[in-house]
Amino acid sequence: MDRTVTNSRSFANPLHAILLAFPVALYPAALLTDITYLNTAEIQWTNFSSWLIAGADLFAGLVLASALLAIFFGRARHAKGRGTLYLIVIAAMFGLGVLNAFQHARDGWHSVGTLGLVLSILCSILALIAAFIAYGTQTVEKRA
Amino acid sequence: MNRLAHLVLPLTIALAACQVGSDPDLDQTGDQPELPEQNDALVPAMEIPTPEGWGDELPIVPEGYTVSAIAQDLKIPRQTLVLPNGDILVAEGSGGKAPKLRPKDVIAGWIKKRGKSPVEGGDRLTLLRDEDGDGQTDLQTTFIEGLDAPYGLALVDGTLYVANQGNLVSFEYTEGATRIAGSGTEVTKLPAKINHHWTKAMTASPDGSKLYVGIGSNSNVGERGMDVEEDRAVIWEIDRETGASRIFASGIRNPTALAFDPWNEQLWAVVNERDELGPQLVPDYLTSVRDGAFYGWPYSYYGQNVDPRIKPARPDLVNKAVVPDYALGSHVAALGVDFTTDGGLGGRFAEGAFVGMHGSWNRADPSGYKVVFVPFRGGRPSGEPIDLLTGFLKDGHARGRPVGVTYDEARGVLYVADDVSNTVWRIAPRGAARRNSSGDTTQLPGDPRPPSTAPTTR
Repeated sequence: MDRTVTNSRSFANPLHAILLAFPVALYPAALLTDITYLNTAEIQWTNFSSWLIAGADLFAGLVLASALLAIFFGRARHAKGRGTLYLIVIAAMFGLGVLNAFQHARDGWHSVGTLGLVLSILCSILALIAAFIAYGTQTVEKRA
Repeated sequence: MNRLAHLVLPLTIALAACQVGSDPDLDQTGDQPELPEQNDALVPAMEIPTPEGWGDELPIVPEGYTVSAIAQDLKIPRQTLVLPNGDILVAEGSGGKAPKLRPKDVIAGWIKKRGKSPVEGGDRLTLLRDEDGDGQTDLQTTFIEGLDAPYGLALVDGTLYVANQGNLVSFEYTEGATRIAGSGTEVTKLPAKINHHWTKAMTASPDGSKLYVGIGSNSNVGERGMDVEEDRAVIWEIDRETGASRIFASGIRNPTALAFDPWNEQLWAVVNERDELGPQLVPDYLTSVRDGAFYGWPYSYYGQNVDPRIKPARPDLVNKAVVPDYALGSHVAALGVDFTTDGGLGGRFAEGAFVGMHGSWNRADPSGYKVVFVPFRGGRPSGEPIDLLTGFLKDGHARGRPVGVTYDEARGVLYVADDVSNTVWRIAPRGAARRNSSGDTTQLPGDPRPPSTAPTTR
């Protein structure tokens, strides 16, 4: 007899989802304040970026730790392929985010620059990709 | 996604590698310092020698000189002043409570704190008296209390001026006093918002009519915005009677000590230049200060070398930036300057300027951490700096960090404040009684103090 099982368990558990919400919100916000700084040279905008990136990095680190645990011990075991992809994305996001924090610790105009802008764009894109993977379509298993 | 890994790894390696070391062959002292390319590394080079006690050891002086501690257990001594009767005043305190604006400020503050004394600033002046002229302190007592990070000191016609971090106050002084009560009379407020660089260096004009106060910038290179740099990175000229002030020189990032030379009676300053452009940028300097001159900060350094970190750029200001007279080396953090008079310490230290160097944090190979002597001829620097007091660093630890230097004309000795070992050092030619015993004909019997030949202004 054919049966269809819909795996209703989300890829990311609620706590993980909450942690991931921070990088998803903060990296793009930092990208916006970076762009504003580059347009205005008004120093407060790069100060905003610094704190936004610091906050995003903190939560990106927690997301990474949580994803590692999930892959080896948790639910993501059932979705190994997607889990590996997810892990690579958030590891890259975290690494680039930390680089970006150092970049934004430079003084004045050098706190953003081309490198800072590129890093902010990459971190924003990676955060969104991570969100699509984590919050996206749930696993559906079909067994014959 | 492998592509991303390919992107991250080389990027990390490239960024770590872009921090260059120091080139020991670069000559960064004198009137033509060699300036390397800018290197604003992602992680600035940092080396913070942590404090350690002296044990039984002393700082090192050249052959023919002696060094001794004439005051200990002070509370962050910064600058000293010799009074006409030979008493020494020591300004003690720690100012600058700049709010932390970025995550970096929190982390950098924590890192730099490791290189400092854990003692809390005294916010006071201490008086040191040598009653029998043997070069040792017989009386160490609190002279004035309740100050606010006092730094610059000057005595003019029986009035003592103290530059706190936020105002300039005066006290009536009678010779021989060992204590002054009260909080003094405010001559004028001094720029005190944020006070990123809080030290208010001070000296009096030779005729005693004007006071000059150094007011450091509120940032490294304008990263707190230029709005907070109003009246910063300047030297004020203050009318002693009325307290009226005007900007005497500007664009002078952090003028940490001021003195008039005895030959041309020109104002000189030692100035701390900007950080995070590499281990060998930008050299700190000693310069005569011209009325109305602009020294470049933050738009350029050492004349017209543009600093790209400050936007919008100001080519109009860069064009009029003055080149300082004499480079002292990068990141040495010169915090003290005083001139010789009347033969100085003799030998190679007869005519010139003493410079106290607090020492670097922004380079892997520490610089400064010593007192040097810049020889002068005809009222101008002539020749390489000569080490006078060294040995502050040992095995990666700082046993002391020199701040203010004061030449005592009457005794022919030099005092050096040290804000890590909380000591005042006295450097004298060996057999330093040279003036106390031989030239001391005016001393009355029964008067234990040396004659007061020091001028009333400094």
